[in-house]
Amino acid sequence: MIEVEHLFKKYGDILAVQDLSFAVEKGHIWGLLGPNAAGKTTTMRILTGYLPATDGKATVAGYDVFEQPNEVKRIIGYLPENVPLYPEMTVQSFLHFVAEIKQIPASKRKEAVEKSISLGALESVKGRLIKNISRGYRQRVGIAQALIHDPQVLILDEPTIGLDPAQIIEIRRLIKTLKGDRTIILSTHILAEVTQTCDGVVIINEGKLMASGSLQELTASLQEKDGIFIRLRDGGKEKVEHFQNIPGVDNVTTRDDGYAIEWTQGKDSRDDITRYVVERNWGLLEMRSLAMDIEELYLRVITGGRNNE
Amino acid sequence: MSNVWAVCKKEIKSYFTSPIAYVAITVYLVLVGFFFQSLIWWFNTQSMQMAQNPYYLQQMNINQMVFSPLFHNISIILLLMIPLLTMRLFAEELKIKTDELLYTSPISINQIILGKYFASLFVLLVMLMLTGILSSLTFVFGNPEPRPILIGYLGLFLMGAAFMAVGIFFSSVTENQIVAAVLTFGSLLLFWVMNWASYSAGGIWKEVLNYVSFFQHFDDMTKGILDTTDLVYYISFIFLGLFLTHSVIQSRRWR
Repeated sequence: MIEVEHLFKKYGDILAVQDLSFAVEKGHIWGLLGPNAAGKTTTMRILTGYLPATDGKATVAGYDVFEQPNEVKRIIGYLPENVPLYPEMTVQSFLHFVAEIKQIPASKRKEAVEKSISLGALESVKGRLIKNISRGYRQRVGIAQALIHDPQVLILDEPTIGLDPAQIIEIRRLIKTLKGDRTIILSTHILAEVTQTCDGVVIINEGKLMASGSLQELTASLQEKDGIFIRLRDGGKEKVEHFQNIPGVDNVTTRDDGYAIEWTQGKDSRDDITRYVVERNWGLLEMRSLAMDIEELYLRVITGGRNNE
Repeated sequence: MSNVWAVCKKEIKSYFTSPIAYVAITVYLVLVGFFFQSLIWWFNTQSMQMAQNPYYLQQMNINQMVFSPLFHNISIILLLMIPLLTMRLFAEELKIKTDELLYTSPISINQIILGKYFASLFVLLVMLMLTGILSSLTFVFGNPEPRPILIGYLGLFLMGAAFMAVGIFFSSVTENQIVAAVLTFGSLLLFWVMNWASYSAGGIWKEVLNYVSFFQHFDDMTKGILDTTDLVYYISFIFLGLFLTHSVIQSRRWR
């Protein structure tokens, strides 16, 4: 649905995006991750036709973003980082204006405005001036305007930034319900958001692609070993040796009042370890998987990239 | 065309939902009313004095003595007012980042510029039509010639439209509205007084400076003279302003 091939963008002498390539399938939600100034917003602006790329190719639903910008703009709904709102307009008249410039035929405009108001849960503020509504509502007006023309592709730049925790959960739920046939790309700083809403991620840093793929694929490719973390009632350094003697176990380290026990990928030693602990009556308090979470994955990808340079 | 209309409607609404249009139009009408009143009083006293001499009374002409100076006065008020009416057109979009919405919608830059420009022309039309009421009063109490008055109004409209094109250009250059207004006012004034330099200039420069100046083209029209040179001048000025606006917006995206 969305394909980016060898994309470059220069601002003066600064390379904001370099040789970026990735693809997102129809009906998927993908997260665009990266530190500040990584090129996330620039990439999104290029995809939406706001900025031209310096070099490379980007297509959305088969339309070339540079050759057929109007076709692309018609099927994309875009929520920029700074929600574009006219403070002196009411929510309803603003959405009506957006419906007009998104070329919704006059006969369907009213219906589209009403639908987007109900999608954004904006009934209670629809007659109020945008300058007088809260930040959370403004964000929702931003999402409503992105959805008004029922776009096949949604591009959301930090959709939950500046919202309180309850609002964040609400927006995430909304994004998930929007999925259906739509393809969604969202950028975020909140890593938990990615695990909760996205099917895959593109991690970029300093304009370069660091990793892309589904979360499982990425974790599997980066993780060399499987393992568990266990905590005992009476822990101690001497038990490290005990664990090392269990067949299959490669590496044992102490951390946070417990032990991180790793074994080569594929050989599951969980049964052996628990049996060992229980037979000796060491008092098993906690046991959990050491599988890489998104934070670890992110840090490993970003710093790994730095080490390579 | 429907895109142009959508942008135009939005801009007209925003002129009239904020106090800008009301304040500008009110101040404009108070000033024009004052000038009109003074001119009419002066014309009346002159007529009284001339009443003793039938020859001089023949020479009294309301078109020349009231309307021609009135149009000059209105043009100066427009020179002061128009920068304030055009300053927010693009500068505000840049400042509050709504340009991102416009340029990612299936609507061309030309359509956006025209929509905004037509909205500003609408405000100009409202201003001129309201003063039209004053002018039509003179037909009740006197017998001025209508043609020179109409040509004078056409002149005002064309000149105002050229001012608006300059204003919209400077509004696209910066995201600061005050800077846009100051630049617009400064350059309009410069074009206005350009012909002063022609008194001391010689040869081709004299003609060039005279041609480029707003004043020369407008002066003819206040006297009821309709010349295609003047029309061409104003229309090319408008085109140049809008074209430069387009170039500025386009070049900003490529930077």
